[in-house]
Amino acid sequence: MPSHPKLADEFIKDKERAKWHDQSLWFVRSKRDKAVHQLPEWELLREQASKIKSYVVSHLPDLLEEFEKNAKAKGVHVHWARDAKEHNEIVHSILEKHQVKRVVKSKSMLTEECHLNPYLERHGIEIVDTDLGEWIVQLQDKPPSHIVMPAIHIKKEEIGELFHEKLGTEKGASDPQYLTESARQRLRQKFIEADAGITGVNFAIAETGGFVVCTNEGNADLGTSLNKLHIACMGIEKLIPRASDLSVFLRLLARSATGQPITTYSSHFHGPAPDSELHIVLLDNGRSEIADSDEFRRSLNCIRCGACMNTCPVYRRSGGYSYSNTVPGPIGSILGAAHDTKANSSLPFACSLCASCTDVCPVKIDLHHQLLTWRKEIRLKGLLPLSKRLSMKMMSWMMQAPRLYQFVGKMARKIVPYLPRFLVYNPFNAWGKQRELPDMPKQSFREWMKQNHDRK
Amino acid sequence: MTASREHILNKLRKQSIPETELPDLQQPELTQQWITYPDPSQQFSDLLASIKGLCLQVKNVEEVNQRLAELPVYQKSNNICSLIPDCGQPTVNVNDITDPHDFKDIDFAILPGEFCVAENGATWITNDGGPLRTLYFLSQHVALLVPASEVVPHMHAAYEKLRFENRSFGTFMAGPSKTADIEQSLVIGAHGARSLTVFLVEEPF
Repeated sequence: MPSHPKLADEFIKDKERAKWHDQSLWFVRSKRDKAVHQLPEWELLREQASKIKSYVVSHLPDLLEEFEKNAKAKGVHVHWARDAKEHNEIVHSILEKHQVKRVVKSKSMLTEECHLNPYLERHGIEIVDTDLGEWIVQLQDKPPSHIVMPAIHIKKEEIGELFHEKLGTEKGASDPQYLTESARQRLRQKFIEADAGITGVNFAIAETGGFVVCTNEGNADLGTSLNKLHIACMGIEKLIPRASDLSVFLRLLARSATGQPITTYSSHFHGPAPDSELHIVLLDNGRSEIADSDEFRRSLNCIRCGACMNTCPVYRRSGGYSYSNTVPGPIGSILGAAHDTKANSSLPFACSLCASCTDVCPVKIDLHHQLLTWRKEIRLKGLLPLSKRLSMKMMSWMMQAPRLYQFVGKMARKIVPYLPRFLVYNPFNAWGKQRELPDMPKQSFREWMKQNHDRK
Repeated sequence: MTASREHILNKLRKQSIPETELPDLQQPELTQQWITYPDPSQQFSDLLASIKGLCLQVKNVEEVNQRLAELPVYQKSNNICSLIPDCGQPTVNVNDITDPHDFKDIDFAILPGEFCVAENGATWITNDGGPLRTLYFLSQHVALLVPASEVVPHMHAAYEKLRFENRSFGTFMAGPSKTADIEQSLVIGAHGARSLTVFLVEEPF
């Protein structure tokens, strides 16, 4: 898999786009701040959310059994899947049993993680993503680049072009209102024709056996209320113990994600509708391994609001695809490294350790600490690229020799200002890409100290 | 499949994860700090307006009818249905319909809401998940009638009112359906209702 810097290079080639992407996400981050400041008890809420989630991870088997028991009592079919393959097979077998040919799906990062769409398509089932952003990337045959705003990286003119080609909208039309209306008309047909609806799960409640799905568009509700089969797919960490815990999480989720006070629809499903079937698939896929790790357990607190990516200076400037992981950004770098350390070994380095992600995380995941810990693990596992290993070695060698260090510093201060640009800004100086080196100081700190303090 | 269930549960049971406490959300140290509003109905109304919905505080169903008649979207609607007695001028009787697909041409639906939440502009609606549930999402425009006394300040108070003992469906509806998936431009009317009007009604209906 290409490394993060390599893929980010592709993205920042188009400087205008990189800047536009950065500003779009900063706009969302600012909306988040505004919403958060409306609630004086914000920090208290974060603390409760974090405690509840920690409780969940330390009681996962009990809570899963409690959930299963209560869900079954309400007539829900509960399935368990160890990995993505088993998850897809279960979903397919349910659809097959009902002879389903057409499925509408609301946004679910879990089904992205499992690559459910191509799996079902291979088995002759039409599956349509109904979240507008997700549908746009599906029409492009691409994955989402953000977990809340899947098409945040695409310009409206490009969507206009795509819709013209795929839906027959007017050529050159790029008005979001017009494009959304065209999507509404086309997707209404899909909702009406569908034989089954698939949704993700934002929260599943052990105490009641029910679950909650949040959308702004109403697509999860339309997708599940017009047909007689609803399959909900969830990671085992999505559990919460009690219904009242939702009060905490629903106050945090949308404010953190988009700056809204709550999503437009927060739907609570407790049992199948009359004459209908409701299935829920519980997926592990590596989550139990993360639960077992003292360092990274808290990453399971994640409620997938996307706040950490919206604020991340690296994500904003490198785009979601540079992570080549279902979940990008700071939390994605942690989860990606946990899932396949070798393939994702560059991700924990896509971080400036500015800690902004940790500050905004509504469930208080210590994101930047975990990213730093991952770096150490990756070094111990011998997965650091040669360029990093060599430069670290050289630095360490120089730092251990004070005289050499002083000499090199002195020479650099003298020589660098007179060097031609091509010698300073070349492919060996990764730091000098897209930015200028600071001016060389006249004296070193040691010299300054001598002059100003030793005399006294 | 049962094998996977055992596999996952066994794996989790073998782990020794430090136990942590579940916080008591009812403890006064917390509840005293939840936000309150001097006039929850007004706060709800303002909040709903900020998320592109409309709240009208009225005396009775008669006044709802008057205000409905003034709404341009209601005036333009041909297929109207109502689940509130004597409310609106329904042209479609939905009570006998068993297939929700038959609702696809409903322009305006007048439906009951249970209670409203001041902090976020949401209204709780609930039903048994039968075909009538679809009306909340498939209708082009939706009006909800809620007793004026049923406005709670925040989500904690909301969940004190909710029980999930039986099979049911329920949702917090906060304004009309919307999306900002195209360059962050807010567009109202993505898949669900293009407009949402909440009537807070003083007298019983």
